[in-house]
Parts: sequence; structure tokens; C-alpha cells
Amino acid sequence: MADKPRSFQEIILRLQTYWASKGCAILQPYDMEVGAGTFHPATTLRALGSKAWAAAYVQPSRRPTDGRYGENPNRLQHYYQYQVLIKPSPPDLQELYLGSLKAIGIDASLHDIRFVEDDWESPTLGAWGLGWEVWCDGMEVSQFTYFQQVGGYDCKPVSGELTYGLERLAMYILGVDHVMDMPFNDPQSPSPLTYRDVFKQTEEEYARWNFDVADTDILLQHFKDAEAECQRILEQPADDPKTGKRIIMAHPAYDQCIKASHLFNLLDARGVISVTERQAYIGRVRALAKQCADAFVQTEAGGAAA
Amino acid sequence: MPDLLIELFSEEIPARMQTRAADDLKKLVTDGLVEAGLTYAGAAAFSTPRRLAMSLDGLSAESKATREERKGPKVGAPDKAIDGFLRGAGVTREDLEIRDDKKGQVYFAVIEKPGRLAADIIAEVLEKTIRNFPWPKSMRWGDGPLKWVRPLHSIICILSDEAGAQVVPVDIDGIASGDSTRGHRFLAPDAFSVTGFDDYEAKLKRAHVILRADERAELIWHDATNQAFALGLEVVEDRGLLAEVAGLVEWPVVLLGQIADDFLGLPPEVLQTSMKEHQKFFSVRNPKTNRIERFVTVANMETADHGATILAGNQKVLFARLADAKFFWENDLRVAKAGMDPWLDSLSNVTFHNKLGSQKDRIERIAALAREIAPAVGADPELAEQAARVAKADLSSEMVYEFPELQGLMGRYYATEAGLDTSVAAACQEHYSPLGPSDDVPTAPVSVAVALADKIDTLTGFWAIDEKPTGSKDPFALRRAALGVIRLVLENNVTLSLLDAMSNQYMREVRPNMGDGWTCFAEVWQRTTDASIDVDGERRNVFWEERSLALGSNLLSFFHDRLKVFLKDKGIRHDIIDACIAMDGDDNLTLLVKRAEALAETLATDDGENLIQGFKRANNILTQAEEKDGVEYSYGADIKFAEDDVEKALFAALDAADAKIAPAMAAEDFSTAMAAMAAIRPAVDAFFTDVQVNADSQVLRRNRLNLLSRIRNLCLSVADLTKIDG
Repeated sequence: MADKPRSFQEIILRLQTYWASKGCAILQPYDMEVGAGTFHPATTLRALGSKAWAAAYVQPSRRPTDGRYGENPNRLQHYYQYQVLIKPSPPDLQELYLGSLKAIGIDASLHDIRFVEDDWESPTLGAWGLGWEVWCDGMEVSQFTYFQQVGGYDCKPVSGELTYGLERLAMYILGVDHVMDMPFNDPQSPSPLTYRDVFKQTEEEYARWNFDVADTDILLQHFKDAEAECQRILEQPADDPKTGKRIIMAHPAYDQCIKASHLFNLLDARGVISVTERQAYIGRVRALAKQCADAFVQTEAGGAAA
Repeated sequence: MPDLLIELFSEEIPARMQTRAADDLKKLVTDGLVEAGLTYAGAAAFSTPRRLAMSLDGLSAESKATREERKGPKVGAPDKAIDGFLRGAGVTREDLEIRDDKKGQVYFAVIEKPGRLAADIIAEVLEKTIRNFPWPKSMRWGDGPLKWVRPLHSIICILSDEAGAQVVPVDIDGIASGDSTRGHRFLAPDAFSVTGFDDYEAKLKRAHVILRADERAELIWHDATNQAFALGLEVVEDRGLLAEVAGLVEWPVVLLGQIADDFLGLPPEVLQTSMKEHQKFFSVRNPKTNRIERFVTVANMETADHGATILAGNQKVLFARLADAKFFWENDLRVAKAGMDPWLDSLSNVTFHNKLGSQKDRIERIAALAREIAPAVGADPELAEQAARVAKADLSSEMVYEFPELQGLMGRYYATEAGLDTSVAAACQEHYSPLGPSDDVPTAPVSVAVALADKIDTLTGFWAIDEKPTGSKDPFALRRAALGVIRLVLENNVTLSLLDAMSNQYMREVRPNMGDGWTCFAEVWQRTTDASIDVDGERRNVFWEERSLALGSNLLSFFHDRLKVFLKDKGIRHDIIDACIAMDGDDNLTLLVKRAEALAETLATDDGENLIQGFKRANNILTQAEEKDGVEYSYGADIKFAEDDVEKALFAALDAADAKIAPAMAAEDFSTAMAAMAAIRPAVDAFFTDVQVNADSQVLRRNRLNLLSRIRNLCLSVADLTKIDG
């Protein structure tokens, strides 16, 4: 396993195999636009409540303001994160993490791997934790966080969260200087594809749309709609009149919260949000996240007595 | 006498917290042990990224038994009183002894506490220490309730003496103490056990861990400077960075790396800041060119390829970082060379404070004030105004956005590139100074003008919107700004009326930004008095002027308070400053301090000290007489009613002093004036010894009281001596 991977996808596959072997459920990406893997309900919501959890997944992530038309060697408006969440955090989480680096070809005896203080906070999710950014030879390769609060709730037990910035990590392992030059699949395969072949065109298209074309009036309206729908969902009585079951719709409400968050990011990229308004928007998304957390902890998955 | 070793082994502790935490560990444990009756000879604390440790030698093996007797209530006292005594003493009724006392039979409690073994006390103290440790930020992990800075993994707690080592059993939420630890995470990960501190430190070193932070720092500095020296270069000293880096490694390995040629043209401060902030690299300078040409990184790892892979990785990361910095620098240079207009324009979109307008508004005000005060500091008004206009332009630059700590310095580079006068460029950098009590004060006139204008504007502005510092809260650093003004004025010997400056600034700040102030006032007036107010221009002006005066005097007393703190450090007592503040011209700090220094000097002399007594005596007698008689003895002492020589001599001394004091005061020559004042002391002393003021003859009495009044007036013309203590 310690031999070098040859492509971007091989690194992802090795991480999947590794974390599966350590007992994580390998989930699929969430089917909505998010800014980071943390937004996946498998992290945000599942970090709440008392039930044990272990999941790993790739999450495509979008940060409209980071778009550079595919020209910057390191910056993309769409990129991948690899996310691991284990609750309660196991005592050997650091060793497990180092094992994953080994699995993707980072030989700890040749490199300088360090845990450097970095406290994590998500103002939009009302969440924070303590941990590190992990450095490999001076480069940040992962975030390592012990969640302390999510949606305003103390995490009991505490989840350990690992986030790998896949492109940057893969570029380092594969020795590539520009993300677009990175082999996506095996360079020896009959149809070798680079990251450029897969994403250069979409980076251009989205950068243009994000920065100059997206209709801000529509985005603003969508933001308001998502906010209203989130609240409307949560206002419904817990008992479903049709089935007679107790069904609290935490996840559908949280989808609207995710939507609002991404719409805010798009508006921000369009430059229509002033410095003072920014805080207000973040506060509105946080309020939704908080209400979703309130709802989730009343569900069975959230640890409420059935 | 056993020795104690404690190690708390955890996941990586933030570098900035380690030293403090080691000290806290030592203090909490030693305090706890001493409180429980143990003694020790010496203690020391240590930290690495993964461990806090302490050693303690010459610990007493057990605490001494104690016996205490307490006297209680009388026999037959109410049960309530007896029960209360039992509770306080922690004994039962059967334990009480009855003894004979002078007043009869009394209960006595004898409280005996047996000595306790050191191990028992240590276990108790250590558990309490861990559970209540004062981390700046701590966390929970897994499903336990324990809080530590990062997950705690193991505890060494052993007592050792000639007979051997013994584990002190402690169990904290499943973490049981033992005698084993681990070495370097990668180079020696296996557990090993230790028998005492010396063994611990030696075995750690074999396991690639240097326990002492200062030893790691020394090693880093030594290796770094040696490697640089071999190339004819020198490492830029940075103690803060050295301490931080020593807290990031257990086994420092110093590597010297290259900076690609593309980046050697960047300002050295930019290279240095980028390397330090992002990568924690030291900068390596070529003393001949003064350029930063290399860097030093400190790895925590020895590798088979002698760090080649590590260094290559670090160089690659640095390349990307510096490519960003170069991109910012080049973009900024384009704007700077074209005159910086886009930056200045964009500052109108940046809010300084929502009640005080934009940065652009603020800059306009500072520029106006800088122009006004320029003559007082010897600066060209044109240049002072121009400097104030561009001094904050760099806040809009890309470089300062990325590295806020380079504000001012980049301004200087950009102003130079824009072809502005060197004094203007210097002011861009220096007008923020002084930032703290030990920071240098600018001396270049243009820099002084802008620095003063900036700080006075800030103070007046926040005073006008009632955002004054309270208690420990000073979010806008107004105390620092006031101290800055004080130091700028005093160290440059500037003669400036603060009240005038503040009042001008108040009119500029408040009227445009709080334009509804008058309207509000008029409305309240109408509501409360039921009369509409005359709104003609003159009344308005009076309204604003009154408010300006009130603000000015309030802010001036804030300055005076800061001045007292400042001068106290220079050995001038607060009552001396109070005596001078009461005089005219107290908004001219240079004058005020000169007066205070002269007074302090005078009071330090024998004459001065005694004159105060004479003054106070004269003042007391006068005040009493004035109260009693209901008149003011302020004038009319006549030498023709002087009876004896002592009295005549006092007249002569006062005449002589008056003749000197008035011109000296007019010339602001306080030393001469005060010396003249002190010179009347022998005459005053002699007068009080030989002459009775309250003479039987009313004529004599009145004349003498009027003479005392001359003493009082003479002294008060120099300083308000009533404010002097003692």
C-alpha cells in the first residue's frame, strides 16, 4: 500500500478502502451544493446526540469566490473534500489518521508531519471545535477537529472530524505544480484524463456565471424562500396526520438551510453583500442551523428516546 | 526525602500555551502540597508539544500531625451555641472536654489531625490540579467529561528515594497513573518506564525528545546561525518565533533553504512576514546587501535523506506563498505609481465607525488638524496635510489586506514609489507610533504632526459619541492613544493647546456626522419646557460651543489622569501634578510637566518642604479667620504697622520674591519662580516663631492676616500648593 498512487482517483479510492477497513460507513456525497464537507448532514446533524457514528465520504464543495477560471494553480470554485466523522472520537484517532496518510503514500519516516494549533469555528453552523491543521513538510494537508458544539448544542459525546483537501493533498503526493496538470485517472490507461480534461471548462463556465451573470434578484429571492421554507417545515406539528406517526422533518428543513448558505455564498461572489450586511446574513443562516439542530435532537437518530 | 516526578502526556499542546501551562502545573501542585503540610527543597517545570512535566526534590515523606485546642461556650450554654461550636470544630459532643476557667466551666475541643503520607496528599492534589487546570481553552473528547487542552493520554506520577520508585496511584476518568511514557511520535514511539527525573530526562533524550524548551531553542538558534554563518549570512533574530518554534518540536532539526530568485526583489519585510506568519520560517539575511536570501525551517524529524524531502516540500510551499505576495506587490506598485487615487477613493466605502463616518471622512479631518498643528511642531503645513491624506492609503492595498501587520510600512514603500517627499513617506509609517510605552516616538516634524492629529481625532471622536474606556474595557485603545499624545508632545517638547485642537476636531467630527444632534436637543427642549427654541444660527453656535467645551474639559481630565500614571513612573507624585493642573495652561502638557518638574525639584529641597508647612499654616489661620470674621483678607498689608524686625523682614522677603516670580512666570521659567518662592521660607518660619498673628490690637491682627494672605497668594501664583499632601 505504501507505494505511490498514480492518480487523483487512486488517492480517493485508497482513502475509501482505508477508512472502510477501520469500520467507517462509506457514504456518498450529499446531493446538494455545499461549501465544505462539514455541511453534509452526516457530519453536521450526526455530530449531535448520543448515538455512536462513523462515516467517511467524498464531498464535492463549492466556493464561488475562489473561482479563477481554472488558471490559478491552486484555486478552484469547485473542489473535493474527504471527510471522516467518528463519534465518540476514538483514543487512537491521531494514529488512525497517520495510517491514512501512509495508505496514500506519505511515508512518515521521510516527511515532517506536525499537528499545529488551529481552532475551527463555523459561524454559519453555530459550531466550533479544537484541534489542529496537519502539516506535511510545511504544507497544510488536513484539518483535525474535536467538535465541541454544533448548532449551539454541546457535543456529547465528542465527534472527531478529519477533513482532507483532496486536490492539494493529491498534487503534493503526485508531485504536480498546477492542479489542471494532475492525472485524474491512471496515466497508463487507454484514455488518460487530467484534471484539466475533466474540470477546466466547468471552472471557466462557473467562474463567469458566479462573478458576472448570476441573477442577484433571483438569488436573493431564493434565499428568502429557502429561509421561509425551512421555518415552515419546522413549524409543522410532529405528529403526521396521514400516517399517524411522529415525524419531525429535520433533514428536509436542514436542506433548506444548506441552500440558504450556498445562496449567500453566491451573492457574496457577485459582490452585492456589503461588509455590514454580511454579518446579518451569516446570522440568518446560523439561526436556521440552530433550529434544525433543535429539531434533529428530538428525532430518534438525534438520540431522543423513541 | 523523596523526589516527585509528574508527567501529563497528551496530544499536541498549542505552542503558545506550553510555557504558561508548565508554570501553572508547578504552582498548583506545589501550592497544594504546601497547603496540606508538606515541604520541599526545589521544583522545576518543563514542556514539549506533547507533555507537561514537573520535578520536585526533597519532599517531606509525610505531613506532620497537628493538634489544635479551641475554647468553646460555657457549660450550660444554649444547645444552639454548643451545636454551632461543634460544627465549626468538626467534633462531636462526646469529644468535648470541660475545663475550669476564670468565669467557670467551659467546653474545650481538641482537634487532632494525624500526619498523612506524601503519596496520599500528592494523589489528591494532582487530581484537583488536572480537573481545575487553567487552560486558556480546553476541550472534551470521546465520551468522557474530563477537560484538557487536547486529549490526555497518560500520567506519570512517581515518588522515588534510595529504596526505589513507587507509583502514586491516581485515576482520572480511567486514566491511571503509572511510570511509563513515550518518546518521539515517529522516531521512538514505544512506551518505556522511568525511575525518577534524571532517568526520565535521559531516556527521553534517547527517545528523541529534548525535555527543556530553552535547550531546544538554544539548539535551534545555534544550528541556524552556524549554517547561515557558513554561507556568510546571518539569521534575523526573532525571539517570539524562536519560542514558538521550540514549542512545535520535540527533536529540532534545522534545515536551511533557498528562496527562488524571482522573489529576492520583494521588500525584506514582506519576505520576512510571509515566511514567518504562514510557515514559521526564520529569515536569513545577507549582511552585505541587507537582503533576505535564505530561510531556516525547523523540522521535528530526522530522515534517511537528511531532510532533503522535507526541505523540498517546504520550498515548494514557500514558492506558492511568495508567488501570491509578489502578485500583490506588483499590483500595488501599479496603483502607487499612478498616485494611489483608487485606494483613497475606496476608503470612502470603508466605515471607520458608523457614528464617525468613513475612513475617508476621518482622513479629511486628520489632514485639516495636521495642517493646523504643523507650525507648533515645526512642520511644513502643506507637507503635513499631504502626509495625512496618504498615510492610510495602504489600508486599501492588497499587501496590507493579506498582512495587516505591514500597514504603515507598505505605505512608506508606496508613497516613495509615488514620488512623494521622503518626509511624507516616513509619516506613512511613523504616524502610528508610539504604539506602546516602550515604542519609539517619532521625531520628524511631519510624522509628529500626523501622529498627533490622528490620535487627537480618534480621542475626540470617540468622546463625542460617548465611547469612552470604562474599567478594563478599552476596545478602541483610547488610553494608548492618549499616552501616545502625551509622549509625542513631551518628548518633542511641543507647545500645543490640546483644548484648541480638540475643540476644532470636535466641530469637524460631530457636526457633519451627528447633524441631528441639534434637532434632537431642540425637540427634547420643546417637549420638556413646552416652548419652542430659537433656532437662529447664533444659538446653534452657542449650543455646539458649550458641548465642545464640556467635552474638552472631560477629555482633558482623561489626559491628566494618563499623565499622572506616566509621570508616576518617572518619579513625580500625583499630588504635585494636581497642584500644577489647577493652574492656567493645563492643556499645554509640555508646560504642565515643566511646572511639575520644577515643583518636584523645589519640594525636594529643605526650603521647599518647610515652605509647604508654612504655607499650610498661613492658609489655615487665614481660612479660619476669614470664616469667623466673614471677610476676605486679601489685601492691604502695610509695612508701617509692622512691629518688629521679623515682621519687617517678611515684608522684605515677599517684596523680593514677588519681583522675581512675576517675570519668571511670564517667561515660563518655573525653576526660577519656584526657587524665589522657596527663598521666603526662613522669613516665614521666623515670623511664625516670633509673631503672634491674633494680636490683641485689631489693627495689628488685620495687618498680619493680610500679610499671611500675601504668602498665600504668592505661593498660589506658582502652583496650587493646597493640593500637596502632608
